Amino acid sequence: MVNLGLRRLVLAAMTLMIGGLLSATLVRYAPGFGADERQLDARLSSESLAAIRNASADERSIGSYYLGYLSRAVHGDFGVSRSLNRPVRQLLTERVGVTFQLVGKAMLLAWLAAAVLVCVACLWRAPVLSLGSTVLTGTLLCLPAGALALLSIVLNAPGYLALAFILFPKVHRYLSNLTAATAHMPHVLAAKAKGLSQTHILFWHVVPVVRREVLALAGVSVGLAISAAIPVEALCGIPGIGQLAWQSAMARDLPLLINLCMLVTASVTLANSGADLLAQERRPPL
Amino acid sequence: MKGVRRAARAMLAVIALVSAIGGFLSRFDYARQDRDAISAPASAQHWLGTDQLGRDRFARLLHGTRVSLMLAPAAAALSMLFALVIGAAPGWMGGLSERSAKLVIDLFLSVPWLFLLMMVRALLPLNTSPVVSAVVTFLVLGALGWAAPGRILQARASRLRQSHFILLARAAGISRWRLLYKHVVPNLQPVLLAQFWISIPIFILAEANLSLLGLGVSEPLPSLGSLLRELESVLSLGGGVCRFTALIVLAVVVSSLQIAVSREEAY
Amino acid sequence: MRRATLCFGLVLTVLLTTDLCSDELRFFLRSDPKTLNPAMVADEPSEAIRYLTGGVLLRLNRDTQKLQPELARSWAISKDGRTITFTLRKGICFSDGTPFNAEDVKFTMEQLMDPNLHAPTGDAFRSGTGKVIASVLAPDKIAITFPAPLAGLDRLFDQVAIVSSHSPRQETAVLGPFYVAERKPGSYIYLRKNPNYWKHDASGRQLPYLDAIRLEIQGNRDIELLHFTRNDIQLINSLDADYFDRLARSAPQEVRDAGPSLDSEQLWFNQVPSAPLPAYKREWFKSRNFRVAISSAINRDDLCKVVFKGHAEPARGPISPANKFWFDARLKPARHDTNEALRLLAQDGFRLSEGKLQDRDGHAVEFAIVTNSGNRAREAMATMIQQDLRAIGVTVNVVTLDFPSLIQRISESFDYEAALLGFVNDELDPDAQMNVWLSSAEEHQWNPKQQTPATPWEAEIDRLMRAQASSLDDHTRKKYFDQVQEIVADEAPFIYLVNKNALTAVSLSVEGAKPVPIRPQTFWNIEYLQLNVQQASNAR
Repeated sequence: MVNLGLRRLVLAAMTLMIGGLLSATLVRYAPGFGADERQLDARLSSESLAAIRNASADERSIGSYYLGYLSRAVHGDFGVSRSLNRPVRQLLTERVGVTFQLVGKAMLLAWLAAAVLVCVACLWRAPVLSLGSTVLTGTLLCLPAGALALLSIVLNAPGYLALAFILFPKVHRYLSNLTAATAHMPHVLAAKAKGLSQTHILFWHVVPVVRREVLALAGVSVGLAISAAIPVEALCGIPGIGQLAWQSAMARDLPLLINLCMLVTASVTLANSGADLLAQERRPPL
Repeated sequence: MKGVRRAARAMLAVIALVSAIGGFLSRFDYARQDRDAISAPASAQHWLGTDQLGRDRFARLLHGTRVSLMLAPAAAALSMLFALVIGAAPGWMGGLSERSAKLVIDLFLSVPWLFLLMMVRALLPLNTSPVVSAVVTFLVLGALGWAAPGRILQARASRLRQSHFILLARAAGISRWRLLYKHVVPNLQPVLLAQFWISIPIFILAEANLSLLGLGVSEPLPSLGSLLRELESVLSLGGGVCRFTALIVLAVVVSSLQIAVSREEAY
Repeated sequence: MRRATLCFGLVLTVLLTTDLCSDELRFFLRSDPKTLNPAMVADEPSEAIRYLTGGVLLRLNRDTQKLQPELARSWAISKDGRTITFTLRKGICFSDGTPFNAEDVKFTMEQLMDPNLHAPTGDAFRSGTGKVIASVLAPDKIAITFPAPLAGLDRLFDQVAIVSSHSPRQETAVLGPFYVAERKPGSYIYLRKNPNYWKHDASGRQLPYLDAIRLEIQGNRDIELLHFTRNDIQLINSLDADYFDRLARSAPQEVRDAGPSLDSEQLWFNQVPSAPLPAYKREWFKSRNFRVAISSAINRDDLCKVVFKGHAEPARGPISPANKFWFDARLKPARHDTNEALRLLAQDGFRLSEGKLQDRDGHAVEFAIVTNSGNRAREAMATMIQQDLRAIGVTVNVVTLDFPSLIQRISESFDYEAALLGFVNDELDPDAQMNVWLSSAEEHQWNPKQQTPATPWEAEIDRLMRAQASSLDDHTRKKYFDQVQEIVADEAPFIYLVNKNALTAVSLSVEGAKPVPIRPQTFWNIEYLQLNVQQASNAR
């Protein structure tokens, strides 16, 4: 058990390191790296323009930059954001709570709604219900995130509602398909034949079977929620890390982006590892 | 439910047919700008009105549907393939390959692929035709959109590997390929179908957002995604139902697709 | 019972009148200000904060476009144009109570001109090699000497916010009407009235009238509009034409079209010799006939009508008609004439073949226009230009890029063919555009950093710009710059498209607002703005 835990920890750390390096490399070699809109300012002298271009000189060699970043990060120094001129640590501390709250509430709402709808459809088996939920989730999937965010503003609804509407159809469709697939499993047919109630079958024979996939979906939905939070925060003006991520991506702010990416990697890895841990079946001792 | 399923399939066939022969149905070219009739409401001349540049909405809807409905399912199929190969296969094999695949999937879910897309744009010549740009965009989306379903497929394949009926089948001496074909792949189908169904609108919307990076379907070629982006503005509110036709069409397509391919849900 | 009713009535009155006399103005900034250091201001939100909090020696009146004294009650420029002497007002204090004097001006100038700071405002003062010397002649008198004459020297001080040389709270001590009381990065900035502000109105009442300003950070224009219609904010400093018309339908009294702004939208072709372009395309772009033909084929009236809903006018050159002194009224906008376009192209050997234009070597004329994504107006203009040029057989590909990618292409790699961008002009004096017109400069967009002028007309522009920079008489300078404008109109290195109007929205609850074309359009006279919610309710 200890070995297993240690192995997972090592794997998670590796994922974090590789994720950080990969993200930094992508940012560094993306077009527009080092470009600054001040380069179009006609007031600036050529010396000032040269200084602006050289501002990111230490970031050009990605390997040494990354190693330097890691050694500083160990001491709590996460660098200074080039675009916002503020310590990254301060920026993240201010905003990470906002995003995690937003994501947490949205995920709770989306999962609750999806689970309820799937359970109701399983228990009542009304074609109208099935059709209705298909049309609803289909329509929600077709609405752009911007439109949902705008709708939430128009209706004075909280931002997490827009995010929940983005997550809900995806979660619902997977859950719905997973539970529907178990309908043909031998043990379920046997249970039905024995006259067990729909509720009993659902919670005792269906849910345990799809538990692993559902937990995997839960882990994955953390990553989906964080990605979806970016447009929602940017559009609703919510000062979370999603908004920060978009601003820093457009500014190619490497010090800030590398931290954000590592934060996202850590969240996703943690969520997926947690899901795996929970999904592990205990085998009885022989 | 069978009747509904038939109706859904018929609806899909109609939409596919209409978008295929759309060029002959529309009186106007999708790029033609009638600058004296900008943002015009529906009329006998322009059945769904015109957009902000005076282009006929009906023509653009037909063409946009064709472009998006040809490319998005292809991209969805591609992402399903990647999900199977990188997600399900290691899950089935277990051990080191499963652990490595988990690492790859976690990385794929975390890394900002936005910058890779920018690199793709930088590599494409500026004078890339709108069609080529659209194809490349959807290919890239397909290649990047597999991680989430891959994770779920991996979990499912891993469970299947340890399930009793598979053990029984192996003990009975069934060959590996028959096992895969007869027992594993059909059990992965629910997740694959969910992935396929969800990916189509996601890719259509993502393509429109990629225009921010210079990718996607470029002007004057329309796509459902670019038509849907109109809804992101408050100006679409109170602008009449014509602005929502792209949403209606896509929602009908997506819903019909799900209904058409769904199995009997009976237990 | 009667006493209770009276008390209740009093309380109610207080509550109501408190609400009616709420003196907190609210509007949005499009992004978080990058800096609160007035010397380092380079973006619009930071400029807004500087304008609201900074005290300047001289202020350009955005309405009359004339310089007026502020912290300096008078000023004089020496005959050689190198020295400016200010006589300061007496008895003025910073917001924290520390007194203001000439030492603060000296300190500010020394900070500004620090070569290691690379302050954009400081760079505007760099006239030549050598130090800028600020000499304190008296506590209320200071002379600033520059190494070389500077044209329009006095107007540059509109951008110089004086900082304290000795206040213990240097960063927060200001001389402007407001000071930064609270800031939540990414969320809002709260400004409070400067209790020590020196200005008073005609009746002796201390300015500003407003008690506070709340600036929320919101980049989305749809959401800004929504909040304005809900009276959550009282100003929109810059409205797109679509939103203007939408708001005009529901609240016509609250929208203002102040006429053409100083900004322009233009298209240019890449003429950089080392650009990664096929040689034949480079030849096209270098040809005056080609550029003027393209210009003639573009229908500017349609751009104004369709994209800007009539809230723009065809541009004639680098100076907008809003710039009352420097605008050359003799210039005419390029006429839309496809026959003229084809005639000019024919002179260079271009011909139409099956509806497609080809050059003399048979290459089909096709090029890409890059522009920045997210700007709906520009994307629409590019699409309209695409259609206009199709009429003369030219195929245009529209490529929208995010801003850093675009900057890299047009400023570093030069990997582009044509670019469609706008110039945001905050300065009236064309001397601020030296880095655009000099062929050796970095902002000479179509072919920057030339060792020697590539063409005779660029050499002539260099001569004229240097001549106007070394003259101290505005009328003489105007003659030189008029000639520059005429060369630009003739050679079309920039194909000027439109000057869009300054469109703003001001709530009926705001008294004293008089939107103008020059930034900041709605709050340039912030000291005199008042809020009267009752007035707004009556009007509705």
